[in-house]
Amino acid sequence: MGERLLEVKNLRTSFFTAAGEVKAVDGVSFHVDRQEIIAIVGESGCGKSVTQMSMVKLIQSPPGKILGGEVWLDGENLMEYDAKSPQMQAVRGAGIAFIFQEPMTALNPVYTVGNQLTEVIRRHKKCGRKEAWELGVQALRDVAIPEPERRMENYPFELSGGMRQRILIAIAVACGSKLIVADEPTTALDVTIQAQVMELLQGVVEEKKTSLIVVTHNLGLVTRHTRRIYVMYAGKIIESGTTEELITRPRHPYTIGLLNSVPKLEQEKGSRLVPIEGAPPSLIGLPDACAFLPRCPYACDKCRSSPYPALRRTEGEEHCVACHLDLEGRI
Amino acid sequence: MKTYILKRILISLLIVFLVSLFSFSLLQIMPGDPARLALGYEASEEDVQALREEMNLDKPILTQYLLWLRNLFRGDLGRSVIYKRPVADMIAERLPRTVNIGVFALLLGIPIGILCGVVCAVKRGRLADQGITFFMTMIMGMPVFWLGILGILVFAVQLELLPIQGYTPPTKDFGDFVYHAILPVSCIFLGMSAGICRQTRTNVLDSINQDYIRTARANGLPEGSVVYKHALKNALIPVITIIGMQVRVVIGGSLLVEQLFNIPGLGTLLTTALNNRDYMIVQNCTLLIALFTVAANLAVDIAYGFIDPRIRMTRR
Repeated sequence: MGERLLEVKNLRTSFFTAAGEVKAVDGVSFHVDRQEIIAIVGESGCGKSVTQMSMVKLIQSPPGKILGGEVWLDGENLMEYDAKSPQMQAVRGAGIAFIFQEPMTALNPVYTVGNQLTEVIRRHKKCGRKEAWELGVQALRDVAIPEPERRMENYPFELSGGMRQRILIAIAVACGSKLIVADEPTTALDVTIQAQVMELLQGVVEEKKTSLIVVTHNLGLVTRHTRRIYVMYAGKIIESGTTEELITRPRHPYTIGLLNSVPKLEQEKGSRLVPIEGAPPSLIGLPDACAFLPRCPYACDKCRSSPYPALRRTEGEEHCVACHLDLEGRI
Repeated sequence: MKTYILKRILISLLIVFLVSLFSFSLLQIMPGDPARLALGYEASEEDVQALREEMNLDKPILTQYLLWLRNLFRGDLGRSVIYKRPVADMIAERLPRTVNIGVFALLLGIPIGILCGVVCAVKRGRLADQGITFFMTMIMGMPVFWLGILGILVFAVQLELLPIQGYTPPTKDFGDFVYHAILPVSCIFLGMSAGICRQTRTNVLDSINQDYIRTARANGLPEGSVVYKHALKNALIPVITIIGMQVRVVIGGSLLVEQLFNIPGLGTLLTTALNNRDYMIVQNCTLLIALFTVAANLAVDIAYGFIDPRIRMTRR
């Protein structure tokens, strides 16, 4: 596919807590092409959200610190900007826009939708109140909100969760950002609304010619929409590839486990899902070995004696995996 | 919003009615016969009886209460038995002084308290936060009268920067009013802003960790807007409760401060009247103070409605 929009190279973010250094993002590299939809998948606490927030330096410091890496967005390295600089503020919302997982709390309860929407528009488009209002109404219309003029006057508490999520998407698209990061965009919503929101996001990407990163733990939800998927575990990307390649020929035991724990239509009634045993590791003082080792059903002596496996190309299409073993397919 | 305000006003009126009952009962509870007290123990029984009739003390309690209420609405607050003057005149003469000092203290205390609280929250854990928090905690531990005596000792006696006592009306000479009011006002507002500061700090810190702040930052809004627009308005809701309660502190503080700095205000009037059992003054001053408190609470309730749309729009 087309031209590179975002290239993240070796991004590292740690939190320095009383218990020690938490390597939340440990050398993560990925890229997004123009008008491409990718997913970053992983369990809670694997560092997928911190990765996204690090790209625009929205990490609370202390205790968090971005230790290194490059984030190239359309030719600019965002890591060169200070977290509080006007350049970085211009990137947030206009370069990379975020949609968060809690639509119920992600909007300020004491300001109207119009107030919050136009504030962002005025900030980035440098336009007057009236023009911003019209752009805001248009943005609400773009995300299929009925009666956008009236919704502008509403307070968030007067709207449903799905409606609020649409408004957050409207804020994200209103300033014509090149990349939208949707962090668990559907987690707090009803299943029926989840599919609608994903459809809407895909529509927005096509119409506005933006790119989209969906951060999620729900593989089943995103595979219909994404071109490529990155799987994260313990602060690192452990497998990546095109959606089809990854779903049909997963090579990392963790990805295999994830796929086995998703219910399938053809599954026999009454049969149990297979969970991944154990819990994600603490990110403090990880040994220099495969982080998945303690939970891995295929662990062998080679795994135990070798250092952390590097991401390596496989023969599959755009497929990389960080595993010593040569597994393939769902087992 | 209209129904909300109307409801609040009705509730306030009910409270005022209850308070009027209580302050009226003062007369019944206070030991001694007010007429006898007023005339002294040498007065003849006939004179006392005559005064009793004049003061309606011979009538049934309910009639007395209704008469008092009727007179209240006519602006007749009765006469002081000690000073032999209409209480209404005495209050009218002294109230502006207390109000001037109190308003001055509120005008300083509220913004300073909120500002310090925000600074503490933004600079959490840094020197500014630790310094302000330390100072404010120290202030909170100091009683008003002790702070006042300390202020007099340091700024009036030792440094001779400020007057020891006295009061000039601001309408007469504003500069002189401020000059005389600095110490008494400081005694009241410092404690008040310490309370507001602490409350603001906690609430701003709390709202800065909310999801909508992350949204605001992720949308590229500058820190100024994030803190002063998005975080502060949410944080102010509980702070306003504290401010409402501070009005009571101001009134209570003025009782002490007026004694200390010899300001002939409502506070000194009430303390002297209490000592003299001048019940008409006590009764009416109590009602007045209660009215102020109820009015402050009403203002707080209405302010809630303005700040928080959820309160304004959900009918309760």
